[in-house]
Amino acid sequence: MARYIIKRLIYAILTLFVLITLVFFMMRMLPGDPFLGEKAISATALANMNAKYGLDKPVFIQYLMYMGNCLTGDLGMSITYNRPVTEIVTESFMVSADLGIRALIFATIAGILLGAIAAIKRGTIVDSLSMFVAMIGVSVPSFILGAVFQYFLGLQLRKMLGMNIFPIQGWGTFKHTLLPAFALGLGSLATVSRLMRTSMLDVLSSDYIKTARSKGLSQGQIMWRHALRNAVMPVVTIMGPTVASVLTGTFVIESIFNIPGLGKYFVTSIKDLDYTMIGGTVVFYGALLIICTLVVDLLYGFIDPRVKLEE
Amino acid sequence: MTNEVLVQAKDLCKYFKISGGRMLHAVEGVNLEIHRGETLGLVGESGCGKSTLGRTMMGIYKPTKGKLIYSGKEVDLADKKERFAFAKKAQIIFQDPYASLDPRMTVGSIIAEGMEIHGMYDEKKRQERVAELLDIVGLNREHANRFQHEFSGGQRQRIGIARALAIEPEFIVCDEPISALDVSIQAQVINLLHELQEKMGLTYLFIAHDLNIVKYISDRIAVMYLGSVVELATSDELYANTLHPYSKALLSAVPIPDPHKEAQKHRQIIDGDVPSPINKPKGCAFSSRCPLACDKCRESVPQLREMTPGHFVACHLV
Repeated sequence: MARYIIKRLIYAILTLFVLITLVFFMMRMLPGDPFLGEKAISATALANMNAKYGLDKPVFIQYLMYMGNCLTGDLGMSITYNRPVTEIVTESFMVSADLGIRALIFATIAGILLGAIAAIKRGTIVDSLSMFVAMIGVSVPSFILGAVFQYFLGLQLRKMLGMNIFPIQGWGTFKHTLLPAFALGLGSLATVSRLMRTSMLDVLSSDYIKTARSKGLSQGQIMWRHALRNAVMPVVTIMGPTVASVLTGTFVIESIFNIPGLGKYFVTSIKDLDYTMIGGTVVFYGALLIICTLVVDLLYGFIDPRVKLEE
Repeated sequence: MTNEVLVQAKDLCKYFKISGGRMLHAVEGVNLEIHRGETLGLVGESGCGKSTLGRTMMGIYKPTKGKLIYSGKEVDLADKKERFAFAKKAQIIFQDPYASLDPRMTVGSIIAEGMEIHGMYDEKKRQERVAELLDIVGLNREHANRFQHEFSGGQRQRIGIARALAIEPEFIVCDEPISALDVSIQAQVINLLHELQEKMGLTYLFIAHDLNIVKYISDRIAVMYLGSVVELATSDELYANTLHPYSKALLSAVPIPDPHKEAQKHRQIIDGDVPSPINKPKGCAFSSRCPLACDKCRESVPQLREMTPGHFVACHLV
């Protein structure tokens, strides 16, 4: 087990290294520079600015310096905001994580329930209805869902009721989290519920469910003690990718709902060509995704006793 | 074996709904009595409804029509309490020992769960019982903490047997308990079932398609065809004096372990396929394939009649 974890950690560090390197050189290949478009900058001022951020040195030296700084946990100063990138990232990530976790909890719990119920009530109207919801979730991207929710649940509902139940933008109160979390989570909910339905159908037709029935367990006991626990396995497997899709989903959703999260900073930093900010957010997201996958893999070993993690 | 009837099926029918609102008639009007302490063998080809009949007789499936009578009392499976009480008396051993044990539970909890549900013993005593049961079926006490995937097929079937025995049932449906096992293991499991029956006075409904094993283990044998019992007799009588044309064909398919005799043996081969249990033929279910079928066979359904004491057959022509 320890050996497995160490091996995975080494892979993780390698992945991160490759990621940083790629991103570093790719953003240098983009045309333009961070100070382009700011009007009336004198040549001396520009040279000073370049010197301040180390942009006057050869690219390769810059790369080595950046790597060195990364190793010590220093992601540099944001060129646009003139604040340490680590500070911005921690601050705005709290918002993104808040939104992401809400969306994830909503997606998994509702998805598992919906899928399980669809499987238990297979072939009935409940089944068709929940699978219809799942199909919409899979096929409609989150930014369209976001806009549709803003229009109908935000604007039209407010007109009808004269009450602002679902604010369409901003951040701060619980009310503000509802629409973005729903829009963000529906795609994952759909995947989770479809997977759960298939896996539940599989489990329900297996002999050990009949064994449980023959022991005299009630329907509820069978579902809880045998069916759900076994059927939820594939859902755990896709939690890694699901976390990833929710995280990347926040980029767009945060822009649409004007939420001051990391996703929004990520998008604007690319527009501004804020080198340090792009690098910082990519390193951060990359590390986060790598850790998520690792945790899910390890978790799998705990949940399913048949999975042996050695070699 | 006594003459007390423990389980009785009275005109038992089990239909399954399939797409298009049609019905699959898996079990059709079966009348069967199983005496306390006996082993009743149930044979027939794949898809003839053996397993469905077995499962209906121990309460996993609710009969569509007809009655299930246990120790002289009708069992109402729609009543939750009654079904629960019946579950304690009637258990089942499944064909596939790989699929019938929950992969996420330890063997100990699989065996103990039934006792727990039925409120038998306290936690400590249950653990002792688990160890005892593992001993009885020839496994080690230490196996209780392992998971089913750590065992071989034969060992898993022993776990399945221990699980069925855990709540001290009187009646056990053995649903092809050995057909998924290696031949060498089959004999061990059969002998184990036999010993347990003698020790605990169990009653078995033994479903199988290996006719030699059925003959070896059963006191009486019922032959099923397309959801109905066509012949019922003691095993010696059935083999010595086969009456129904389908039983004759079935028994003639048993290989004899002597190449000379096997070469001389007259094998009666029946043409055609089993008719679909969705659109059953009118009259005798076997009439479409029976070499002797006449008009009467195609018109009316033959009922089980007692030809000689204890030997029943459902055929117009005998």
